[in-house]
This record gives sequence, C-alpha cells and structure tokens, in this order.
Amino acid sequence: MTIETLLLQAFNGLSLFTVLLLMSLGLAIVFGLMGVINMAHGELMAMGAYATYATASLFQWLMPGAMDLFFVVGIVVAFAVTFAFGWLMERGLIQFLYRRPLDTLLATWGVSLILQQVFRHGFGPRAVTVPTVSWLQGAVEVLPGVSLPLSRLFIIVLALLVTVGVYKLLLATRFGLRLRAVTQNRAMAGAAGIDTKRVDAVTFALGCGLAGIAGSSFTMLASTSPVTGQQYIVDTFIVVVFGGVQSLLGTVLSSFLIAQMQSTFEFLMSGSMAKATILLLVIVVLYFRPNGLFASKVRR
Amino acid sequence: MSQFNRRRFMKTSGSMVALGATTGVSLIPGLANAQNVVKVGILHSLTGTIALAEASLVDAEKLAIDEINAAGGVMGKKIEAVVEDGASDWPTFAEKARKLLERDKVAAVFGCYTSASRKAVLPVFEKGKGLLYYPTYYEGLEQSPNILYTAQEATQSVIPAVNWLAANKGKNFYLIGSDYIWPRTTNKIATPTIAKAGAKVAGEDYFPLGHIEFGSVINKIKASGANVVLSTMVGDSNVAFYKQMKAAGIDPKKVTILALAVSEEEASGIGAENVEGVLTCMGYFQSLPNAANQKFVKAFKAKYGAKRVTGDTLACAYTSVYLWKMAVEKAKSFEVAKVVAASSGLEIDAPEGKVKFHVTNHHLWKRARIGEFLKDGQVKMLYESPLIEPNPFPKI
Repeated sequence: MTIETLLLQAFNGLSLFTVLLLMSLGLAIVFGLMGVINMAHGELMAMGAYATYATASLFQWLMPGAMDLFFVVGIVVAFAVTFAFGWLMERGLIQFLYRRPLDTLLATWGVSLILQQVFRHGFGPRAVTVPTVSWLQGAVEVLPGVSLPLSRLFIIVLALLVTVGVYKLLLATRFGLRLRAVTQNRAMAGAAGIDTKRVDAVTFALGCGLAGIAGSSFTMLASTSPVTGQQYIVDTFIVVVFGGVQSLLGTVLSSFLIAQMQSTFEFLMSGSMAKATILLLVIVVLYFRPNGLFASKVRR
Repeated sequence: MSQFNRRRFMKTSGSMVALGATTGVSLIPGLANAQNVVKVGILHSLTGTIALAEASLVDAEKLAIDEINAAGGVMGKKIEAVVEDGASDWPTFAEKARKLLERDKVAAVFGCYTSASRKAVLPVFEKGKGLLYYPTYYEGLEQSPNILYTAQEATQSVIPAVNWLAANKGKNFYLIGSDYIWPRTTNKIATPTIAKAGAKVAGEDYFPLGHIEFGSVINKIKASGANVVLSTMVGDSNVAFYKQMKAAGIDPKKVTILALAVSEEEASGIGAENVEGVLTCMGYFQSLPNAANQKFVKAFKAKYGAKRVTGDTLACAYTSVYLWKMAVEKAKSFEVAKVVAASSGLEIDAPEGKVKFHVTNHHLWKRARIGEFLKDGQVKMLYESPLIEPNPFPKI
C-alpha cells in the first residue's frame, strides 16, 4: 500500500464524510430538534437536485455563454425552492401532527410518494444528468499520483460552510436562542413571548433547505431520477439515529465514523459486503446504546 | 354485540356480494382477441434504476409494430401491444408476465433487460407455455424452450472483447460491475478467458444496483496498476461511475475502460462528455452504414425526434418483432410451439446486418463489434468480428 493510496483513501473518507454530513444535517435539525420524522427528506434532496437541473437547462436555453455561473445560482435556487416547500409543508401538514410521531411518519411518507410521482410527471422517469461546470471539472494534483477531484473538494468546503453556518445560527443568533428555547420547553418559551409557531415553521423549512443544498451539490457526483430520494434516505436515517437523535454534534461524529468505515471497508472488500458489514456494526452498536452513540443524557 | 342482528348482517353481506360481483364482472377479460387483432405483450422497466437503459426499448418495439400494421399486419391481423411496467423490480416482472399470459392472452411478449428480470419470468413462461423474445445481451448459460434470445450471449460479446483487449490494449484487468447475476456470471466467464489470453486480473468488485459512491473503488483501480477496466455496471450507477472516474482524472489513453452495458442510449443519459474515450462492445452501433440500419434510424428519429439515438438493445428489440412476424408467417400460426419451430434457421436483414437463428439453440448468429465513444455520444467502430455461432454453454 503506497503513500499515495493512503492519502487518496484518507481524502475519500473525508469526502464521503462531508457527503453524509450534508445529507444528514437537515434531517438532524428536523428530527433532533423538533422530533419530526421527515420521511420526505430524500425527496427534498431530489427536489434540490431537480431545481439545479432546471437552472442548468434554463441557462443553457437563455444564456449559454454564462454556463459557468449556473451552478452557484443552482444551489441558491435549490435552497430557496426547498425552503419554501418546507415552510408550506410545515404550515399545511406537520403543524397538526406534533405530538403524533407515527402520524408524521405516515404523512411525510405520503408526501414523499406524491413528490416522486410529481418528479416522474415533470421530469420523466429516466435519470437526468446535470452538467458539471468547467471550473469544477477534473482534479488538482497535489502530489504526483494523488489527484483530488475538484467536485469533491467543493463539497467538502460547502459542507464545512454549512455546518459552521448552522452552528453559528443555533448558538450565536437570536433566532437560534429562540429555537433552543422552544426545543427545551415549548410552554415556557411561549409564555416568554416567543412565537413558537413561527419558530417551528422556520426550523422545518431550514432543515428542508439544507436537504435542497445537499441534493444540489450531489448532482456533480451522480444522476437524478425520481427514485434518487429513496437511495439517499436510508443512509441519512442511519447516520442520524446512529449519532443520537438529539445531538447535532452526534450527527457530525457519526457521519465521520460511518464514512471512514465505509471507505475503508470498500477498499478492503467488495462494495456489497462493505455495505452489509457497516449495517451489521450499526445494529450491534444500537443494541448496546439504543439512543445512539452520542445521545445526550438530558431527561425530557 | 347488540348491533349484530340479522338485518344488519344481511345488509352488509348482501352489499359485499354485490360489490364483489360487479368487480368480478369487470375483471373478466374483454372478449378474447377480436377477429382481426392479435395481442402482444411488451414488458420493460419504465421506472426505477434500470429505466435509463430499458424504457426506450418500448419505443423500438412500438415502431416495428406500427410499421408492420401499416404494411397490413401479421396474417391479416393488426398487432395490438399491451405495455406493462416491470419497474426495475424482479417480482413485478414475474407478476406482469403472468398477467400478460393469463389475462391478456398475448401471442408473444417482447420484454426484459436484466438477466435478473429474465430469470424471474422464465418459470412463468415455461409454466404458462408463453413465448418471450429477449432482446438484451446477456451471460448465456440458458436455453429455455419458451424464450428466443435475439441478442448476444457471452461467447459473442465478452470473450471476443477480452481477447481483443488483451491483444491491443493491456494485460492487467480490473473487473467492476453491479451486483447481480449478469455481471457476476460474465466475470466468471471473463476470468479464464483473460488467463488464456496471457493477461491477469488485478481486482474484482461489485456494487448494489443504484449505488453511487465510487471513490474507494476508483482508488483501488489506481492502486492496482490496472490498465484495462472491464465494466459490467448497469443502470443509473453508470452515470455516477463515469462522472466520478472523469473527475478523478483517470486518463482513457492510459487506462482503457470497456463498458459491456453502455450503448448510445445509456451514453445520452450519462452525458456524452463523461463517456468520451470509453470503449464499448456491442453487436450494433447506430453508425453502421448498411441500408437496413439507415432506414431504421431514419424511421426512429422521424417518429420520436431527431435527438433520440438507437443502440444495440433498441435494434435487437426492433428486430425481435420482425423475427416474430416472419416466424408466424412461416408457421402460418400464432401457436408458440409452431412459431418456435419455424424460427429455426430463420434469416433476416436486420439493422445490424444479416443475422440468422441457430438451428436448435434459440439464439442468433451475431457479430461482435468494439467501438469508442466520441464527443457527440456516437460510436466509432474499431473492430468487427465475423458472424459468431451462438454457444450458450461454452466450455471454458
């Protein structure tokens, strides 16, 4: 095993970590802070990806000369679209189901099925591929034999920015203060004058918006089809549950662990076996720590 | 319990029976084939991860059916197609196959793409004595009395491809594929072929259908020093694989990639810029210059749009319908056993050139062609073999 291979493997683990992190952060906020199980999270990622695809098509049609810009615009559009949809979903559906986790599960599952059919109707059943912008194509060679794909570097940077942004939002803004208050004690927060309904709506919409950003950036790695959401949702839930539902730090650490394990196992054994081994390990860990690895000990 | 009395019971059971009867009546299949119509089934994945490759086969089959109907139909009857969606789910394929045979009573079915779907419907066709035309290249090792295989099996695709690669491109192979029967069996056939050609296998990896994370395996390919990658990746995974290969800077001039499951159709979905320089081994390319192909491509683009492309499975699907028509007319009957018997030795001038059915084993004589993908998604042919006799059970 050469040093180049080791470095490339380390980079790979890092890249996979940021991919899982981007996917799971939105769900962790919604699941962890609000207790809402959003089964439509995968479809929201697909929505972000399709929004980026639509942006690319629009640019190609109206201003083909500015194709280099479409991706950044695409990410912003993806966030806006999924944020708006999340807001509507919360106001129209989720807010009536707060004390009923099984019903939110069912309702959001229904939304995910509806969204899949909408995508199928709007974009066709076949996968669509978003072209990669020229400034993110190819790789940068840091050492001879060690070339790091630019698209993956971009995702790493994006994930970092998003995570730091979310932390700052939660810990350093007034909105974050209100959010944490509502999470800890809704009744008291309401009594203290916080508009809990508004906080709920914005939090849910934020979780959905993050899913949109994730879906948008993944268009550089894979294609988008109506079933793409289903492929992402399983990994996302595993990461969030494994890390401990109430803890955002848990999500970060769990995605790191799972990414490293997956990357290493895939190198040492076949892809399918690696997946099976990871799932087995997750089951074993959850058996001994059913609340996840980094569950907080706070009594609710 | 106080609510349970006889009146209530009679009311509810009566309405249940009436409901059941009406639904039952509506389920009785419409009068079996009207006098001047013959029904055929089309069974492909219109949705799901395989739709990228399979959904377009319906278009090719419908084109052939329309052309035949315009020319007067088969034995004076117009063909009516019943289209079903297998949804990239093998049990669904079996269920829809059963429905086509039992409820629609179709004369023949043109269907399936993955070997997994074909294996799932095989018992249905054998038990129901139906007829399936299977238009996709596969691993061989099968010869059902109820299936006619109109595309290449391993000795007409993998074996010539491996031999050509070992002789022209490199002797260090990396095998990578999706995890189901076709890639695994193909590689089981490829491995001894590689050894016989004096080359070696540097690694072998499989990923579940729909898998999209290939960072680690691309690393493995780099680390292994392989100079030939033989890919049996199928469906949406291809998009992710080629995008990530390109992003990782793997130079197609140093590492030859030959895809066994990517035709012009998949290339259009993957994005031509991602597969430029990748090789493919098929029995047919859209760029073939013969007259039958030019007519086919022109008709296809006229019906579905100039942007559409044709590929190997599309051409085989189109040819299958014509082969069925020819066999029916030769046998003067729609009966499965007679149609199969009449297919023996049947010759046709297909878009891929002149091909003929083997006398006994239900397969076609085929040419193996290797080509390279160009910037526009079309293929430049590098090698064409003579007609290869089909041998679904080779000794290797």
